[in-house]
Amino acid sequence: MTRRRQAIALLALVGLLLASYLWLYKIGVVGTLQCGAGGGECEFVQASRYADVFGVPVALIGVAGYGALLAVGLVGLQPAFAESRRVSVLLATLASVGFAFTLYLTYVELFVLHAICRWCVASAVIITAIWVLSLAALRDR
Amino acid sequence: MKGFYVVLVTVAVVGGGVIWYGSRAQPASAPPPGASPRVAASDGFRGFTLGSDVAPVEVTEYSDFECPFCASFATVQMPVIRDQLITTGRVRWRYRDFPLSDTHRWARLAALAAQCAGEQGKFWEMHDQMFLHHRWAQTSKNPRSLFRDFAEGVGADLDKYDACVDGDRYAGRVQASFEEGAALGVRGTPTFFVNGKRFEGRPTSDGFKALVDSLTKPGK
Repeated sequence: MTRRRQAIALLALVGLLLASYLWLYKIGVVGTLQCGAGGGECEFVQASRYADVFGVPVALIGVAGYGALLAVGLVGLQPAFAESRRVSVLLATLASVGFAFTLYLTYVELFVLHAICRWCVASAVIITAIWVLSLAALRDR
Repeated sequence: MKGFYVVLVTVAVVGGGVIWYGSRAQPASAPPPGASPRVAASDGFRGFTLGSDVAPVEVTEYSDFECPFCASFATVQMPVIRDQLITTGRVRWRYRDFPLSDTHRWARLAALAAQCAGEQGKFWEMHDQMFLHHRWAQTSKNPRSLFRDFAEGVGADLDKYDACVDGDRYAGRVQASFEEGAALGVRGTPTFFVNGKRFEGRPTSDGFKALVDSLTKPGK
């Protein structure tokens, strides 16, 4: 149980950094705000109308989601919650929501925008790993 | 467990450091040696300009009408640049087409439409219409009739405009402009050159003003 939560927390931290980078890019703090030739598909994806959901940047949703997973993961490592099933359920719920959202975003990339942003792919791999780990932790007794 | 927190903090510090490093403004740099434009436009056309012919600084912008960052630049930064630098005679602005046709389906058509309006002395008016009403770039709908409406709105003669667009009259110009940009190392839009040197700073009115100030200060 502990090992899985450690892995979830670590992956969530990496996801948080990644989403933070994409969010800072989105608001123009990092990177070059350009449409790129050839390899510029992250710019294309980030600048598309699908990069916001109800006016909230997708990257910011990622920051919140990974932040929540990291926080819950760290709380679940404290001795008082180490055996808590509620923490496992909460982690699995958060991860499932994140995984479902990622499936939608990947669908948009592949079938609507026809553009793949490698940072988005990295995030998809991370949330998938977290989801699998959280389901496995749910089965631990 | 202690080892885990060491790893966690290390990842946080390294990752945060990488993001911080990436957020620092990049200094202006010179283009690679021998990168002067050598690709001749089919008719020797060098782009539409705004501002005084004797302005001490010339900014060349490689742009794509379908690119959202170009639209953002044109609608947010450019009005301030026009007021502060162009109408005051300090800067001459040159627009060059760099349609990223791989990802922007209508970019080349937009460039042709703007050229055709430009033929009638309405390039900048058409440029502003394209960028101000940029929703067309976010749909997959063919914007040909919308561009025609823009042309009508800016006062172009539609018979001449139609003949020009339908005949792809300036396809050679647009292609030559694209090839010129590619030869200069342009890979994305917008890309700027200030007095022939690539501008690597943040493309804001403040960024351009600071550079123009430094280029035109006495003793320079």
